Amino acid sequence: MAEDPMEAIRATFFIECDELLAQLEEGLLAMEQGDTDPETINSVFRAVHSVKGGAGAFGLDPLVRFSHVFETLLDQIRSGKVEPSEAIVAALLRAADMLADHVTAARGGAAADEARSSQIGEALMALTAGGSPEAIEPESAEIEGLAFKPLTITLDGPSDLEATDFAPIPFAAPFAAPPVEAGWVISFRPHDALYAKANDSALVLRELTGLCDEGLGQATVTFDDSALPGLEAMEPREAYLAWTIRLPGSVAEDDIREAFAFVDEDCDLDIAREGVEGSPTMDSSGSDEIAAFDISALIQPPIEAEPPPLDLLGSLLAQAQEPPPAAAPAPPPKPVAAADPAPKADAAAPGAPQAAVPQTIRVDLDRVDRLINLVGEMVINQAMLAQRVMESGAGKAADVNLALAELELLTRGIQDSVMAIRAQPVKSVFQRMPRLVREVAEATGKRVRLVTEGEGTEVDKTVVERLSDPITHMIRNAIDHGLETPAEREANGKSGEGVVRLTAAHRSGRIVIEVADDGKGVDRPRVKAKAIENGLIAPDAQLSDEEIDNLIFAPGFSTASAVSDISGRGVGMDVVKRSVQALGGRISIISTPGQGSRFSLSLPLTLAVLDGMVVTVGKQTLVAPLTAIIESLRPRPGEVRPLGPNQRVLQIRDEYVPLIDTGAALGFGPSALSPSEGVVLLVESEAGRVALMVDHIQGQRQVVIKSLETNYQATEGVAAATILGDGRVALILDIDGLVATHRRGAPKTDSSTSQSPIPMALAG
Amino acid sequence: MTQAADSAHEGSELISFRIGEQEFCVDIMAVREIRGWTPATPVPHSQRFVKGVINLRGAVLPVVDLADRLGIGVAEESARHVIIVAQIRDRIVGLLVDAVCDILSTAEHKIQRTPDLAGDPMQNFIRGLITLEGRMISLIDLDLILDQTRAEAA
Repeated sequence: MAEDPMEAIRATFFIECDELLAQLEEGLLAMEQGDTDPETINSVFRAVHSVKGGAGAFGLDPLVRFSHVFETLLDQIRSGKVEPSEAIVAALLRAADMLADHVTAARGGAAADEARSSQIGEALMALTAGGSPEAIEPESAEIEGLAFKPLTITLDGPSDLEATDFAPIPFAAPFAAPPVEAGWVISFRPHDALYAKANDSALVLRELTGLCDEGLGQATVTFDDSALPGLEAMEPREAYLAWTIRLPGSVAEDDIREAFAFVDEDCDLDIAREGVEGSPTMDSSGSDEIAAFDISALIQPPIEAEPPPLDLLGSLLAQAQEPPPAAAPAPPPKPVAAADPAPKADAAAPGAPQAAVPQTIRVDLDRVDRLINLVGEMVINQAMLAQRVMESGAGKAADVNLALAELELLTRGIQDSVMAIRAQPVKSVFQRMPRLVREVAEATGKRVRLVTEGEGTEVDKTVVERLSDPITHMIRNAIDHGLETPAEREANGKSGEGVVRLTAAHRSGRIVIEVADDGKGVDRPRVKAKAIENGLIAPDAQLSDEEIDNLIFAPGFSTASAVSDISGRGVGMDVVKRSVQALGGRISIISTPGQGSRFSLSLPLTLAVLDGMVVTVGKQTLVAPLTAIIESLRPRPGEVRPLGPNQRVLQIRDEYVPLIDTGAALGFGPSALSPSEGVVLLVESEAGRVALMVDHIQGQRQVVIKSLETNYQATEGVAAATILGDGRVALILDIDGLVATHRRGAPKTDSSTSQSPIPMALAG
Repeated sequence: MTQAADSAHEGSELISFRIGEQEFCVDIMAVREIRGWTPATPVPHSQRFVKGVINLRGAVLPVVDLADRLGIGVAEESARHVIIVAQIRDRIVGLLVDAVCDILSTAEHKIQRTPDLAGDPMQNFIRGLITLEGRMISLIDLDLILDQTRAEAA
């Protein structure tokens, strides 16, 4: 299928829009916290400007119009004409949300709300000092703008706006008249490697000067020997010399680049237009090549004052850039490069300092997935090999054993590294939440402050992607049902502004995400009444506070009619619970009346590998997640006691924990062994500690998780599957699910037919 | 292996297989490969006709006992059985059958409607009948097998 190249560029633009919008929001939130650092404001400005530039190139008019108004106000803030007060930042945040809607609309999603858009647009204009946006177009914008203007490939509409930008620079006027193309300034500093590869700088210089032979003007080569040590210190293999070459502006850039084609990896090379464009009539494409910081950098080295007027312009510009802080922010190369859909920009600024910015590449996810699958296969194979070697007896030889151990180490190392490719900070999900908070707060008339912590916590991409829904739900609930109205809060002696805290942290091999609020907590009497009304619990049921809190996870508790009447929580929490369980995670709630609630999600870091305990149950080999296992033991006779008609408990030290026959709970039939013949795994489940009876423990192993759902279906008591060394499939236990099944009494055939008056949430 | 007589005609290619004394076929496009029998790992709480799951080069796929699914008995699993690995929409499923017989092609108009047989569960999965050299071959609609699997599992 032939792909439309324009479509591909467009797709790239939208990917970048996402990044820019995230950057915008991040900057605005920092400003909301009182950050007035020029760099923050600049990054906000740049984000909007880049969206506008790209949108212009694709003729996305509504997006261009809106971002233009937005950008105008931001520029005024940047230049200090407008103070970023709380009200203004709030307006900017609303505008950022709107901008995101416009981007979605441009992408072909839901159409943006035009009325709201123009309302916000007008609000922005009103906040802009000095009337119409055209009149106050930034005077310094073009210097900054130039660095990332390559977006404006076929810019029509916006370009005349840009053209007027130039006027306010007073000293530019005298030189504006001659429509001469600015000359090239090429700074060329060969590295040792250039000569080591038998290249010769002289050839390059000859080729360059040759470019001018066709009657195009004069080339000037300035030779810089400042790095040359004395004769006695000179190392013949080193490169000490550098050149600055000035070429007439009429020489094509491609020709210049071609001259350096073989050496550009082995030298510091900087090709730039001298000065800035001399004329306001100059087309915008001419200005593309000029990166603001390049100019100032180039003016510094002693170079011949070849074409005096231009050089003068250059030095004037250099001066002009120095003193006013607004005019001279060295544009950090990274966001600019990232903001540019056209790869051309990279070529245009090869000298851009690549300093400490970590280099990244964009890789097709499919390729990474393929790699991960292959590594997964390799891990299985390695395990298989180890098993075979042991079986054959060859493992007894020390060197074989050592080599195997090393292979295992290596395999693990590769696996970890491959997994790390997919690791992403949860930031991308957290960043979406401030907007949600604003919207829900607006809709409910509550005042909310969102505090986030641990945004940098990294999790596998698959997990990150699936975090969004549960977190969104929990935050919406926290505001809608958890927090009181400002009036209620003040009446209770709290601050009118509620706090919702969203945190992420690694805890013992899992990621724990918490959403906490300082609201009123679960209204237990009402929750219980509602549960009785819905038939979830018997009217005379005696439930602990914890059990009542857990009722909100019960399916059926969140029917549509219940949403409006319940003052407690419960909207869709069963959905949240299910999606978290699908991820191999668990959710719990801690609530204190009057002080708030805390929802806690515990999820695996990756959905791909797991440290497991391989056990035998009946004829089956099963894997229990190591994270859940506290200890394994063989009970002594007398430590297992019957309780009630068909339950047993295990005495562990002074504690009694329920004993679950794993085989029976899974429907494989009860264990043939008595507990004292088998082994017991003491595990931590959502419902507390339980003891799982198994027949044997085979050992501890890292297993690759294979989804059972891809081709089959989710199965209660089973989290996933894995492939053992012998190539057979083994099931990975879902301890919480198993405990829940057990508590309900193992279902006969189909789990959905067993209806118990006590919902699963209580057990879980 | 006998080539189908009218392979020259346009139409779909089918793979036919035997379960007990009956012959069935599925669209060849859905068949990914045919494997010898491997023991499946049973999955708790699954329907009876799901024998369990097997490993297909790293992927875990369920094995459906077609005989049981079609209501014509339960396969006594043995090494003589064959697993037809079929792609049904986005899923890959193993179908346990007695033996694979033939590759045949047929034109759409040669597929007869299934006669109405009251209360026969198999009807739910059969798209039509094909007569070939005196054999009656039932064309199985794999989508329906999966749909029902899903519906009953839910």
